Amino acid sequence: MGALQSSPGQHEYSDLAEKTGFSFRQIGVLHTRFKQLSHNEETLRRDHFNEIPDLACNPIRAQIVEAFFDRRNFRENGEGTVQEIGFEEFLVVMSHFRPPSLHMTQEQRESVRREKLRFLFNMHDTDNDGTITLEEYRHLVEELLSLSETLEKNTAKSIADAAMLEVASISMGHMEPDEFYEGITFEHFLKLLNGFEIESRMNIRFLRMDTTTLCK
Amino acid sequence: MGTSVLFGVRTERGVFCMFLLLLLFCVGGKCEHQESKPTSQTNLPTVKPFPNEPQAFPSEERANLPVFTMDYPRIQLPFEFTLWVLLASFAKIGFHIYHKITIWIPESCLLITIGLIVGAIMHAVKEEPPAVLSSNVFFLYMLPPIVLDSGYFIPTRPFFENIGTVLWYAVVGTLWNSIGIGLSLFAICQFEVFGLQDINLQENLLFASIISAVDPVAALNVFEDIGVNEQMYIVIFGEGLFNDAVTVVLSSMFTFLADMPIVESADVFRGVARFFVVAAGGVLFGLLFGFMAAFTTRFTHNVRQIEPLFVFMYSYLAYLVAECFSISSILAIVTCAITMKYYVEENVSQRSCTTIRHVVKMLATVSETLIFFFLGVVTITITEHEWNWAYIMFTLLLAFIWRGIGILVLTQIINPFRTIQFNYKDQFGLAYGGLRGAICFALAFTLPDTINRKNLFVTASVAVIIFTVFIQGISIRPIVEYINIRRTNKDLHTINVEVHTRVMEHVVCGIEDLCGQWSHYYWKDKFKKFNDRILRRILLRDNRAESSIVSLYKKLELQNAIELLDTPMGDLSAAPSMVSLPDERKETSRPKKKFLTADVRKMHDILSKNMYKIRQKTMAYTNKYNLPDDSRTREILIRRHASIRRSVRASSFREPSEQNIPKSQKYYSLQPGGDLETAFALRRRSHGGGSGPQFSGASPHSSSRSLVPMKRLNTIKESGSAGEQPATSAHPRSTSPGVDVLDERGPRSLGGSSLRGWRPVPASRRRSSDRVNEDPTDSECTGERDEPVRPPQLPPPRGWLPENQDPGDNEAGNPLLRHSSKGS
Repeated sequence: MGALQSSPGQHEYSDLAEKTGFSFRQIGVLHTRFKQLSHNEETLRRDHFNEIPDLACNPIRAQIVEAFFDRRNFRENGEGTVQEIGFEEFLVVMSHFRPPSLHMTQEQRESVRREKLRFLFNMHDTDNDGTITLEEYRHLVEELLSLSETLEKNTAKSIADAAMLEVASISMGHMEPDEFYEGITFEHFLKLLNGFEIESRMNIRFLRMDTTTLCK
Repeated sequence: MGTSVLFGVRTERGVFCMFLLLLLFCVGGKCEHQESKPTSQTNLPTVKPFPNEPQAFPSEERANLPVFTMDYPRIQLPFEFTLWVLLASFAKIGFHIYHKITIWIPESCLLITIGLIVGAIMHAVKEEPPAVLSSNVFFLYMLPPIVLDSGYFIPTRPFFENIGTVLWYAVVGTLWNSIGIGLSLFAICQFEVFGLQDINLQENLLFASIISAVDPVAALNVFEDIGVNEQMYIVIFGEGLFNDAVTVVLSSMFTFLADMPIVESADVFRGVARFFVVAAGGVLFGLLFGFMAAFTTRFTHNVRQIEPLFVFMYSYLAYLVAECFSISSILAIVTCAITMKYYVEENVSQRSCTTIRHVVKMLATVSETLIFFFLGVVTITITEHEWNWAYIMFTLLLAFIWRGIGILVLTQIINPFRTIQFNYKDQFGLAYGGLRGAICFALAFTLPDTINRKNLFVTASVAVIIFTVFIQGISIRPIVEYINIRRTNKDLHTINVEVHTRVMEHVVCGIEDLCGQWSHYYWKDKFKKFNDRILRRILLRDNRAESSIVSLYKKLELQNAIELLDTPMGDLSAAPSMVSLPDERKETSRPKKKFLTADVRKMHDILSKNMYKIRQKTMAYTNKYNLPDDSRTREILIRRHASIRRSVRASSFREPSEQNIPKSQKYYSLQPGGDLETAFALRRRSHGGGSGPQFSGASPHSSSRSLVPMKRLNTIKESGSAGEQPATSAHPRSTSPGVDVLDERGPRSLGGSSLRGWRPVPASRRRSSDRVNEDPTDSECTGERDEPVRPPQLPPPRGWLPENQDPGDNEAGNPLLRHSSKGS
């Protein structure tokens, strides 16, 4: 562990480690990557992200990049977006992808789960009004399907609408005729993905960059 | 019954016993009539024991032309085999009549038990055990279906996500077990007390490798039932599959070594090298034949009848060729199945696909049933069991211990490499789920006679199998439930979950790209690109990529459509109980109904039937014995495609109405949805008329926006009806606020449903009614006029048929369109 991250100073790292829960080694790896991405500058801007070739074909690249500039993901109750991020923010955003540890109590597991889902939710809720509206959902599905040329927009729309309807029926139980389902709130989002084991799926191991982990 | 025949031929007593036995098996009268056939034959031989050879002209000078001849020896083998299969299958039917039995006692236990009973009877009448189970028969005919089944139905995504762990357990775990058990047994053989000194190291290793083949059928069924987490399930599944391969290789290697007096170290290295050659060769052949199969099915669309054949022939070919080169035939057939499944299923027609799945399952079930059954029979009828307390007890103990330690140690090693690690409960489940089964028995039973303590080995293997299958198999469910292993919600196939799974995968993949990580998401991405660019182009006839979200969506819609079709036509007004409403819905709606008038109830029926039903669609896992049931959707898909095409064609050509009618009629008759739509439209219009804007009038409370989500459903043609869902979801449950609305609507919707009663009248009429709106009776006259134009008006399923997208078409069909524009 020692050699790799001796350069930036253990102090700085231990603060970060405390804040984000990463190990020194992981922070070291990420720092290297950060510098690589930012061309050794202090901060990262959106165009830095857009330069990453592997990311180019990701259908929801825009959302992913945006997530890094979204104050809601910085764990400090902020809102709105920023223009550039430093290493700390970078790390904090990344920390949403830390795998859960093996020994966790039920509450811890639940909070990890909430946090990860929150991250996803924020990604979808682009206007930050606390709900994923039908338009936002449609947009999402359209982007997801944007890679396959054979589908037209209508399909995406209809899928989003069907999905929305599904949400309505799951989360509202039944609706009075005069009710209108405005959008998915976070509570509904939780309920919707109840049983979807996000805590065991939305994980990255953040180790050596060239490791190939084939054993999930 | 099968057996009764066999014995009847030779021993009279047997017939009697067997009948008693058969009565036991044939629970319920089902087999009665089949039984009569064999019985009659049973008596025949006594009449005329062994008749003349089949000759065209039996010697006329000796006797008259025989009026009746019989040549049993000629058909004996296939005949007996058939009867055995029948008997085993009857047993299966028998204990599936009482479902509760199979929940608590695994099927394999029951099969073995029945086998034991049959064996006991055969033993009592001094009957020979069936000769079917020889080494060749087993490896060439009985094993391939079993592995083909596992390979074909393996859940691909979790498998590849966990492939490292699976292989780790399967290969290293099996080696660990074989070597561990072998060495410790060898150590035990050194004690003079036990009288086992003549068993040398190689033989011990051979035996150990045989009994380390786990066959977790029973465990899998239990795990699936209670829904343990996906990772654990797939690891057990994959381990069972691949360690068969390892075991077969190992045991053949040790069989060879067992003959050598001295084993040199060079031989050991050669063995290791051979191991890799065998494995790599198997995979290569599998890939080769898999791609060949996929490529072949690309061209079979004109000969649908033989399509399914290719799957079987190519996979069997892969197996045989691999066997011929003595490389791992199991790996070959498994790889072949995994490789071709994806492509073949897209190439072949839906029916062929269903056929393939059914046949694969059927063959596998038959094989496995037979093996377990024979296991029971052979256990008793083999006369030369050699029972050595020490050896057998130690084997049991060691098998258990080494498996436990193995899992523990291997998991500690693999855990740091896993994102989701196995905790101790999982590990216990993994260890305890290691039942031994068919493969183990077959390998032991087919040991060459040159092994000097073969009988002991067979006895010990049987003991291990029976012990694990009975004790562990029966106790695993209570234990796993008790220790509460991490479970997963296995049926989560809603659109939202699918969408979010995708989103999450993309996010994770994106973040990995961001930080330069490579992982299986990375590889998955790369493979997907390669697959889309090259493989699909070559192997598929229609190579447009389809997102899984879209396919799931289609599936859901189809299922929905199917349900509409399923409800008997014309009796919408029938008892609500006939309606396939999800239970909870019934529950919620029932207590709230204040208006129990028939009208209201019918309304509810109609509405709820046309609701977009959200439900669990697909099974996440494939049960060992059951097929994933998506056949219905597939079949409907065919019908639907056909009908859509037909309607489109009709519309584009504008054929004269006379020709058109029958077609469209057929088409419409598929869709109860049609009338509903009209009914709704009616309702809506009327409201609209009342208060100006089309919707707002309907129920002052329901904002048009609330309808927004639903309108989209009109992707499907039923769409009309589906489109109404928004309304439906709101209404069936609507209580007091909606009351007046309901009332108002009641009679109209009734009108709609009563229209249905006129089945033979083409749906077009109903439709026309929606234009004319108000009165159903009017529609009758208008109907005729409309018919020629009718087909174009169906809102075509947009998702599937890009061609007729013309929005103009839809006007009649979807009032929704207009609303939507307004609403959003």
